[in-house]
Amino acid sequence: MATALRSPAIGSSLSRVDGRLKVTGQAVYAAEHQIPGVTHAALLQAEIAAGTVIAIDATAALRLSGVLAVISHQNAPRLAPVDDAELAVFQSPAVAYRGQLVAVVVADSLEIARHAAGLVAVEYDARPHDVLLRPDHPGIYRPDKVNPAYPTDTEQGDADAALAIADIVVDETYETPAVHNNPMEPHASLAVWSGGDLTVYESTQGAADTRDALAELFELDPGAVRIVSPHVGGGFGSKGKARPQIVVAALAARVVGRPVKLALTRREMFSLTGYRTPTLQRLRLGADSDGQLRAIVHDVLEQTSTISEFAEQTATATRMMYAAVNRRTTHRLLALDVPMPSWMRAPGECPGMYALESALDELAIACRIDPIELRIRNEPAVEPETGKQWSSRNLVACLRDGAARFGWADRDPTPGVRRDGNWLVGTGVASSTYPTYRSGSEASVHADPDGSFTVSVCGADIGTGARTVLTQIAADSLDAAPDRIDVELGDSDLPRGPVAGGSMGTGSWGAAVVRACEALVAKLADLGGVVPDAGIDASADTAAEVAALPKLARHAFGAQFAEVRVNTMTGEVRVPRLFGMFAVGRIINPKTARSQFIGGMTMGLSMALFEQSLLDREFGDYLNHDFAQYHVPTCADVLDIDAAWVDERDDRLNPMGTKGIGEISIVGTAAAVANAVHHATGVRVRRLPITPDRLIG
Amino acid sequence: MKPFAYERPVTAADAVAALAAGGSTARYLGGGTNLVDLMKLGVDQPDHLVDVSRLSRATIDETHDGGLLIGGGVLNSQLAADPIVRARYPVLARALLSGASGQLRNQATVAGNLLQRTRCSYFQDISKPCNKRRPGSGCPARDGHHRELAILGHSASCLATHPSDMAVAMTVLDARIRLLGTDGPREIPLAELYRLPGDQPDRETQLDPGDLITAIELPPLTAAHSDYRKVRDRASFAFALVSVAALLDVADGHVRESRIAFGGIAPIPWRARRAERVLRGAPATPESFARAAAAELDLARPLPDNAFKVTLAANLLVETLVDLAQR
Repeated sequence: MATALRSPAIGSSLSRVDGRLKVTGQAVYAAEHQIPGVTHAALLQAEIAAGTVIAIDATAALRLSGVLAVISHQNAPRLAPVDDAELAVFQSPAVAYRGQLVAVVVADSLEIARHAAGLVAVEYDARPHDVLLRPDHPGIYRPDKVNPAYPTDTEQGDADAALAIADIVVDETYETPAVHNNPMEPHASLAVWSGGDLTVYESTQGAADTRDALAELFELDPGAVRIVSPHVGGGFGSKGKARPQIVVAALAARVVGRPVKLALTRREMFSLTGYRTPTLQRLRLGADSDGQLRAIVHDVLEQTSTISEFAEQTATATRMMYAAVNRRTTHRLLALDVPMPSWMRAPGECPGMYALESALDELAIACRIDPIELRIRNEPAVEPETGKQWSSRNLVACLRDGAARFGWADRDPTPGVRRDGNWLVGTGVASSTYPTYRSGSEASVHADPDGSFTVSVCGADIGTGARTVLTQIAADSLDAAPDRIDVELGDSDLPRGPVAGGSMGTGSWGAAVVRACEALVAKLADLGGVVPDAGIDASADTAAEVAALPKLARHAFGAQFAEVRVNTMTGEVRVPRLFGMFAVGRIINPKTARSQFIGGMTMGLSMALFEQSLLDREFGDYLNHDFAQYHVPTCADVLDIDAAWVDERDDRLNPMGTKGIGEISIVGTAAAVANAVHHATGVRVRRLPITPDRLIG
Repeated sequence: MKPFAYERPVTAADAVAALAAGGSTARYLGGGTNLVDLMKLGVDQPDHLVDVSRLSRATIDETHDGGLLIGGGVLNSQLAADPIVRARYPVLARALLSGASGQLRNQATVAGNLLQRTRCSYFQDISKPCNKRRPGSGCPARDGHHRELAILGHSASCLATHPSDMAVAMTVLDARIRLLGTDGPREIPLAELYRLPGDQPDRETQLDPGDLITAIELPPLTAAHSDYRKVRDRASFAFALVSVAALLDVADGHVRESRIAFGGIAPIPWRARRAERVLRGAPATPESFARAAAAELDLARPLPDNAFKVTLAANLLVETLVDLAQR
């Protein structure tokens, strides 16, 4: 079977095949599907953080003309019990966090539904809530595993003994706030029942998994449920699985006997769609005076909800980044009366590498070694904890090539000495990494006699360019021009593919597309190369191929460089330059890849300087729940930003030779910026985001 | 959102009459960039909207004495781009352009800008108490989040800040407000428009019910350099942590006149009269500027999470005045 593809579509900067649809407004998103007889839903959310709903008076709401139903735990149809308690909407009067769903109003128009929701009176029996993540809390516990199935703690050697005798010790605690995914398109569901069959137009990263979750909840055969999600306006993990709103829409549509549309508001997204847990991370590094690491200890405390556990794998990158004989990593959780944290772009690696890469910078200063040189000195020959061979590891190339392109040579390490008027200038570096996951996937391809092809896989293009790169992969596999290929995604009736998550979409779906195309090419050869009038189909399932992959350490790497300016009078921080150099296998499409990289780096910049969800202790919710208060970067904040990649060939990944690129570029950015802020000012900020008050306060 | 009546009168007099007829929950609607948000959030629930965004006099005219008369319906973007404003009142143009976004400035009116409501998180969330929104219900900000809130002029009942940039600049320009009320037209200094919260934070201005801001008058400006500096949590499209509007007239190395106002730190655009008094006749040096800042901020009563604003306001004033003195 061919493992190298040589024809020209892969590697070309093909513009997005759905770009024209999107910029002309013709790409139809979940809430935009036009369904006759559609009704609208407005949510009521708990106004206490812990306790019980004791009464719901919907009399006034039901009197309004156009109101069809007010559904709550008092009258909702029963759902089958499922693992994710978040999906058991309206099944119980218990309130586990402020903002949890209490009721839904369904009406002929959105305006009526919202007005009526304001007329529903809910009475609660509140109990004192506990919402503050703190290191001395008696309820801190050790989860059985961390997301998705990593060991909670690991230990090699004797880290404490090594720290005790190390020449240089860095022992610092780093703090990251809760942050919310906030994709541009809010979560939206439009549910339509037809007899016993349920179709939901949905904004999801995983239509197949969502279909299965709904089938389980409503006790339907999976074949009776269809999730349609052709275009998705971002997700960043928050649309990686079914969220409560899809259950509400389906349940409400069943009650009123008409289609129901429910699009969350931005504010509702701050309690119902997950977020990145806040973390407290203690990093201890012990090193020889020449910077050789002898011990690495990474202890993480994070929060989860009482309704369901999410344990982020914050310290897993520390297990494989650098060589050290003695190492310990731990994760501890505290279950609070808060909304449930979940996946957000590079869950684990992103906050974990902020702490590790900040500590490395502190160690470089303590050892008087260039921070790039320090990282190179601690480059491991094999994966440190497992001893596995690397499928490929080009961190050093990223650091060296990136440094050359950024202009790192002759950098004076002295902090706080480069001044331009009231502005201090500095530069910083940090490493990036992300695992190269791959999942089995199915795919099919259909050839028509006119020379066109339809490729089908239940993947999702969440703005990444997946539809475009799969077009390129199919084009080369079929030896056809990209414009003869139509790629169908985002429909649970298509051949099953994994969620668009873990940066494994292209690698997983793409491999199945290659295999399906190879099967089609073989069939065609048997037919003498002539496509019959009815067309011809082929399909593939890569489950066995993935299971048989050799055991190797597969990871992507990168290095990020930041230049910052800090105003000494006002504490304002500007980032005039941000550059990322990545080693991520083969790049299918330079244009969409660069977009992924600079998008992730922008989100990393945002993490460094802006984003924080402020928990209100008195009320127990996230207070700054809109875009006026929750800051993401404006165009004025993102100045010279660019990314490039080293030429990495790795044929032990998948038929394309790719590593995932959706998440790595948010990993390390915050540390690069924080390290540059230190270089500029001499002030080490160990608590994100780096706002003006933390520099002049 | 609650249903409401909507009408669009042609003249200011008709608008005033329509509002009076609309009852106590009637509101004027300008660009709607704040009021419509508040209606969606349930913070304001008018039964009746009187649209004044298309009344006839949305123009910017020179007055006989060399000042400017700005119609209440003039758009923020229109005012910021006006050649006379840019040439003679740069502090105002800079303040306008530092507010909101291009899209919002294209929609927002100058009268509406003056009357926009605080962006305090608690005020904007009807599931929580707020003395401004629901008098007597309490103020959770004191023990809760108040990093963005006031250090000057606040009270036990309210920590809210006034969000406008434009109003801070107009404060140092000694602007006057032309009003039309049920008793006819009148004129007040902008400095008298706003009330401190005291124990009635729901009463934000000295306007009578039904008063319509028809125009804003800017007196002519004597020879002085002026600027607006705003510090916020990102480079654009955010409310001020602290802003400064300043005019400085220096002769022979000494301050002949200064006019200073702060934004983002008080319930009203905060005219820094104490600082101005310290500067009168003083050498135009960083030391004088720092003394002036200290004199004004001596009044500050910050809370734990916004104490940084005292330092920030002082630094920003000094930086701005040093820059103006060098021009």
